Amino acid sequence: MSAAIHERYPVEKGAFETAGEVSGKIKRILRKLGVASPVIRRVSVASYEVELNLVIHSLGGYIEIDIAPDAITLIVQDRGPGIPNLDLAMQEGWSTAPDEVRMLGFGAGMGLPNMKRNADEFDIQSEVGVGTRIYMKFYAAG
Amino acid sequence: MNKCFHSVTLDVSKCVGCTNCLKRCPTEAIRIREKRAYIIDSRCIDCGECIRVCEHHAKVATTNPLATINRYPYKIALPAPAIYGQFKDLNSVAFIPEALRMMGFDQVCEVAHGADLVSCAIMERMKQPDCPRPLISSSCPAVVRLIQTRFPELIDNIVDIKSPMEVAAIEARRKFCEEHHVAPEDVGCFFLTPCAAKMTAIRNPLGHEKSAVSGAISFLEIYGLLSGLLRKHAVNPDLAHFQATGFGVNWARTGGEALAIGVNEALAVDGIDNVIRVLEEIENNRLPEVRYFEGLACLGGCVGGPLTFENMFIARNRIRLLQQMLPKTRPEKRVRNEDLDLLRPELYFEQPLTSMENSRLDEDFKTAMDKLARIEKIQKQLPGLDCGSCGSPSCQALAEDIVQGFATELNCIHLLKERLSTMAAQMVEMAEATRE
Repeated sequence: MSAAIHERYPVEKGAFETAGEVSGKIKRILRKLGVASPVIRRVSVASYEVELNLVIHSLGGYIEIDIAPDAITLIVQDRGPGIPNLDLAMQEGWSTAPDEVRMLGFGAGMGLPNMKRNADEFDIQSEVGVGTRIYMKFYAAG
Repeated sequence: MNKCFHSVTLDVSKCVGCTNCLKRCPTEAIRIREKRAYIIDSRCIDCGECIRVCEHHAKVATTNPLATINRYPYKIALPAPAIYGQFKDLNSVAFIPEALRMMGFDQVCEVAHGADLVSCAIMERMKQPDCPRPLISSSCPAVVRLIQTRFPELIDNIVDIKSPMEVAAIEARRKFCEEHHVAPEDVGCFFLTPCAAKMTAIRNPLGHEKSAVSGAISFLEIYGLLSGLLRKHAVNPDLAHFQATGFGVNWARTGGEALAIGVNEALAVDGIDNVIRVLEEIENNRLPEVRYFEGLACLGGCVGGPLTFENMFIARNRIRLLQQMLPKTRPEKRVRNEDLDLLRPELYFEQPLTSMENSRLDEDFKTAMDKLARIEKIQKQLPGLDCGSCGSPSCQALAEDIVQGFATELNCIHLLKERLSTMAAQMVEMAEATRE
C-alpha cells in the first residue's frame, strides 16, 4: 500500500457549464500538497486542455490522476469517437472543432501539442469507433 | 520592518462573532472562534472586503490620524486620484490641492502625477524585448499580495516599477528639499488613501525596503474638513498649475491605467473575486493575447475603496467628467524626460517580490498526502451546507482546520445535533433497560 493519491473524475460530452472544474480541483490538490508551482502550472495547463478536449470532441470519458512524491500521472480515457489521423491531430493549428466551439474561443488546434509540450512523458493511442487514451507524466522535481 | 503588519484589524469590542466577514473573505483568512473573528495574518491581503460587509463596524483599517502630520516640520499631501470623485459640486480637480493647503499641508503632489510618471515608465518597459507577457500592474497592493500568496508563478509578470504613490512621494520630497533647502527627514509625505492595503504597503513595502511615504490618512478622516472648505467656496482653483494629466486622474477608475499605458491588448478587471478568476486564466496560459493586465481589488477601481465616502458608481462618473475637462495631453507628452531620469535610481523595485504561498498542508509531502486523505474523509461526514456556524468559512475549510488541529468535528452544529440525538436515544434505551 503506497501513500499515493488516486482519483478518477468523469467528464461528459458538451458539459461546458462544468468545464474546467476537474482541472481546477487537481490544481487545488497539488497546491495543498506543496508541489512546486512550476509543476502545478504545467499540470494545470495540460489537464485543462485535456478536459476541454473531452467536453468538445469526445463522447465522454474520464480523467484519472495518480499523485506520488516523485511524479504526477494523468490518464485520460474516452468512449470515442477516436482520432482518424493522429499525426495530423498532433500538429499545431490542426483542429476539427465546430464553429460554435470556436466562437467560444476554443478549437485553435493547440490542445494536443500543448499537452505534449507541458508533460515530461506523453503518449496517445486512438482507435476510431473505440476511443482515445492519453498518458501524461510530470516529474515532481522538474 | 514588520512582516506581520496588516492595516485591516478587528475591533474586538464591536465584533459579535457573526458570519458576514467569514463568508465574504476572498482568501478564507477569517475564522470565528469564541464568539469573535480572527484574521489569519499569512492569508490576509488587506483587500478590505470585511470592512465593507461588517454591519457592526468591527473591522477597521489602521491609518494615521490627521494630527500625525504635525510630527514633521514640513508636510506634503499626496492625494489619491480617487479623491476627486468624493465631492458633490466639485467642478474642477484643481480645487483639491488648494483646499489641502488650507488644511495645513505645505505642498501637494498629485498621485495622479505619480501615475503619469509610472505610465511612462511602464510604456518604456513594454517596448523592451524581454518584457513578460502579460505584464501585470503593481499598483493595487492587495492584488500584488494575492499573486504572492496564490499565484506565485505570476510574480515575475508583475511590473517592477514602484506604485504612483511611492513615485509621487519620492519626487515631491526631492523637489521640496531642493526648493526650500531643508533636510529630507524633516519632510513628511502623507498619502490620502481610499483603501487599507496602501497603508500596509507603506509599512511593508512591495519590492523595496523602505517606503518614501511617511503615513496614510483615510479619505473618511479628512472628508468632513475638506468638504467644508470646498463648500464655503473659500478656495481658488489654479488649473494652470495642476500637475497631472486626465490620464493620471483616470487611474482612479478601472481601465484608466490601461488607457494611460495606451496598449490595445490590455485587460482591466476589478473586484477581487473577478481578479482571482482572470489570474487563473492567465496562469493556465489561456489569455496569450493580453499584453497588459490591470487588476484592482475593489469594484470600480480605487473609487470603490473601503475608505471612500461616496458611492462608487457616482464617484466613478464624476472622475470621468472631471478628467474630460482636463487637456487631452498624453502622459508621455506631459512628463519631461529629465524628470523621469532624475527619478530613475529610485523608480524600480530594489528587491524581487517573493512567493508567500500558504496553502500547503505540511512541509513533508507524505504527511501532506495523509492530511489530504483525512480531510476528504472528514468532509464526507460534514453536511456540505457551508453555513459557517462552525466558525470556518466552508465545510471544506472546517475539514482542513480539524486536520490541522484548529477545530474539532463538534464545532459543526449539525454533527453536534446528530451526536446529541444519538445520545438521547441511547439514554432512553438505557433508562428503559434499567427499569425492569
